[in-house]
Amino acid sequence: MSHQARKEDSRNAAPLVTSDPRDRGGRAQPLLRVKGLRKHFVIKRDLLGRPLSRVHAVDGIDFEVRKGETLGIVGESGCGKSTTARLLMHLLQPDGGEVIFDGDPVGTRGGLSLREMRRQMQMVFQNSYASLNPRMTIEESIAFGPQVHGVGRREARQRARRLLDQVGLLPERFAQRYPHELSGGQRQRVNIARALALEPRLLILDEAVSALDKSVEAQVLNLLGDLKQEYGLTYLFISHDLNVVRYVSDRVMVMYLGKVAEVGDSEALYRAPAHPYTRALMSAMPSLEPGRRTQTAPLAGDPPNPIDLPPGCRFCPRCPLAVDLCRGTEPELAALPGGGHLSACHRADEVQSAVSNPQPSVEESV
Amino acid sequence: MSLTLDTAVSPMAAPPAEPGYWRSVFARLRRDPVAMVAGLILLAIVLMAIFAPWLAPQSPYSTSMLHRLQPIGSPGFPLGSDELGRDVLSRLIHGARLSLLIGVMPVINAFVIGSAIGIVAGFVGGRTNTVIMRVIDVFYAFPAVLLAIALAGALGAGLVNSLFSLTVVFIPPIARVAESVTTQVRSVDYIEAARASGARSLTIIRRHVLGNVLGPIFVYATSLISVSMILASGLSFLGLGARPPMPEWGLMLNTMRDAIYVNPWVTVLPGMMIFTVSICFNMLSDGLRSAMDVKL
Repeated sequence: MSHQARKEDSRNAAPLVTSDPRDRGGRAQPLLRVKGLRKHFVIKRDLLGRPLSRVHAVDGIDFEVRKGETLGIVGESGCGKSTTARLLMHLLQPDGGEVIFDGDPVGTRGGLSLREMRRQMQMVFQNSYASLNPRMTIEESIAFGPQVHGVGRREARQRARRLLDQVGLLPERFAQRYPHELSGGQRQRVNIARALALEPRLLILDEAVSALDKSVEAQVLNLLGDLKQEYGLTYLFISHDLNVVRYVSDRVMVMYLGKVAEVGDSEALYRAPAHPYTRALMSAMPSLEPGRRTQTAPLAGDPPNPIDLPPGCRFCPRCPLAVDLCRGTEPELAALPGGGHLSACHRADEVQSAVSNPQPSVEESV
Repeated sequence: MSLTLDTAVSPMAAPPAEPGYWRSVFARLRRDPVAMVAGLILLAIVLMAIFAPWLAPQSPYSTSMLHRLQPIGSPGFPLGSDELGRDVLSRLIHGARLSLLIGVMPVINAFVIGSAIGIVAGFVGGRTNTVIMRVIDVFYAFPAVLLAIALAGALGAGLVNSLFSLTVVFIPPIARVAESVTTQVRSVDYIEAARASGARSLTIIRRHVLGNVLGPIFVYATSLISVSMILASGLSFLGLGARPPMPEWGLMLNTMRDAIYVNPWVTVLPGMMIFTVSICFNMLSDGLRSAMDVKL
């Protein structure tokens, strides 16, 4: 089954998310809406403790995650993907911006409490080993979350065993083991079970499969697909692997230096990127087809220093299409004609038309 | 058969009864000959302290003007006698009680208090950490011996005061170790994951931090026991700890030192005991360190 067909299949078969009793606004309301989320890390202070210089890790981003979809986030290292995930979980305190979960603002008076939010939103970390307590058995690790939320010890353990079964690990064989006795893939399955133990609605997968080798990665991705159907989950899938993101995502968001460069439906975005950075990413993607080998030169240079950002568009020092406008004014994230596809580029139309012509798309070459 | 973690668990094999962490540490410790010998010697000395009244041939307090400063091997005085004619063997056996007590107690107290301070500082981080650790540093800046003598001297001589001052001496180093270990553990993903599951700080400390932090602190604390023994003996030697005529090794060393030219071998005996016990504690803590230091 091609990944295209498989994705269509899973979309059709996905249970209606509205069947969840916690659902509030129905399908039309995004599960997660992020407005102007911002985090600057202060790296130097003067004698009075006033910030002297900051890293703009996440610099005002807006996006939404629709119910039942998988939103992929891609970008190079240091672009703020993981910081975004930690901000959403409130593992880091945002400096500004709003996180709205199913219509409820998170962490403000009258909104959703952090504790309640953490029941509905869970996260799987990249490092499968570091994210499990080495002194706890697998069963204890999974049962910890439910116990924190008042589930009895016995019941929490039963739930842990059920979940182990769900993620494809025999409970009687694995429940009493310690993390170091498991392989990377098995540990990541445990981490997924641990995240699911709180019955979340949104699962943030922060490079969750990046550290696994390819065959195991595929197994875990398939498992994630099955779990999504079974529990009606919504995924926020963070990765630097463009192929994997394309395989799993309904929509993709490209980040560059703490800003959203482009968002759109995954196929549309991969076929006709509307931001020069996305285009550069795509052309750097290795291909197995001889006819589609990289033609254009990859991006030159490093991203600018996130401490002293250029005044205009933050991509313009590396952008082959930069004009004076780009150096002066920072482009806003704006919708392209056709809807649903947003790009933060002054010359988005030109980028899009430039791309679709010279390089044959996947469908044509097959 | 001892089941250890070295035997790889094949995925196909039926799951073995998985030994707990501490059981596997103990299994490794048992295969370390140096640690085992040190442990056995310590065990013997502890037993000696417990059963002192039954083991000692004489009362440690009974003096005999006629048998002062007898050499080793004299009839009735297998290890000689001191300047008041008391049996040195009996005093050494009884002395183990006090010497072990003032060697171990301050470290236990400091372990509890120092770990609490260090773990809180390390876990909370930020300014709280800075404030706590700078205060600790002030105490840490004094040489241990000097601080112990100054405190014991200021509080007045006596057993309780010397226990107290030694506790104060050992809190800063233990708190420092606890703080640095906790700071490391705090930033590991499983703590973040626990926080992401909505757990409160106290629950996270109890369930996730303590188990990963107490081991290294404990190892460090055991290595302090030998220092504590020596410091405690030093305080007694200076007349700030145990008072005569109590049998205590440091104090015995002090009172017999005038006889060192008359009867050197007998005089050296309490020092030998202090040396043996402290080196055994050191060896044991070294063994414990390597037994616990496994890449899980």
